[in-house]
Amino acid sequence: MSGLTSYLPAFLGGVLIGTSAALVLLLLGRIAGISGIVANLLPPVGADWMWRAAFVLGLIGGPLLFIAVTGAPPEIEIAATPVTLVVAGLLVGFGTRLGSGCTSGHGVCGLARLSPRSIVAVATFMATAILTVFIRSHVL
Amino acid sequence: MKILSALAAGLIFGFGLTLSGMVNPARVLGFLDFAGEWDPTLAFVLAGAVLASAVGYGLMGRFAHPVFEGSFAVPTSRDIDLRLVGGSALFGIGWGLAGFCPGPAVASLSLGLGKSVLFVAAMLVGMVLFRLLPSAAPRARHA
Repeated sequence: MSGLTSYLPAFLGGVLIGTSAALVLLLLGRIAGISGIVANLLPPVGADWMWRAAFVLGLIGGPLLFIAVTGAPPEIEIAATPVTLVVAGLLVGFGTRLGSGCTSGHGVCGLARLSPRSIVAVATFMATAILTVFIRSHVL
Repeated sequence: MKILSALAAGLIFGFGLTLSGMVNPARVLGFLDFAGEWDPTLAFVLAGAVLASAVGYGLMGRFAHPVFEGSFAVPTSRDIDLRLVGGSALFGIGWGLAGFCPGPAVASLSLGLGKSVLFVAAMLVGMVLFRLLPSAAPRARHA
């Protein structure tokens, strides 16, 4: 895919993600950070778990809504081996908690509100992600 | 209404992730591969998302409080510390290894792929491991 056929869905999808973040902020007063929302659903759950559970339920329903609307399943290709996925999952879970956010909380929300912490976080995880891909694809 | 609006927001988020291609780890890795055949499309996802989100944060000043809550719970910390940088660095390595970050990974659970279930299970274990750190508690509730 190239040109408008891939840029337009990418941009529109992004606008929907940002719209969701704006709704979470203006309706619920919260940051739409997925790692934080998910982590706070792990026991012992806080008093405010219901909106988080509803949000996650909706999030999981998103791809199904896509299939219902477009009539086709989304393209998805997971090349990583099971061992790599486990190591990556542990790093993503632990790292997002230690760093207080991920692509949504620091990226979509933090950059939009020009949070200095989020700008540093995004620059850091983009750099290590790009370096990791570089080493795996072009060095090893 | 509060719960219903959270459900709707989640649905919009998950639909956006799917439409944009973020849910596909192969696309994400193509975006992160600057030295290979770099696929720039996902930069448009971030641009669209930050733009729309910024409209929300711009409107925040016009609201005395969120529609369904008494006050806004937005982080106010400005400290750039080792936790922030170290945690983000580890997250980036994991993201670069698998091509999954938390949102797309959780959304993809509905597609019935064993590999995304495995990734999410490991991610949850990583979150629990963090909680077990004695020094973890104070910041754990942030974004």
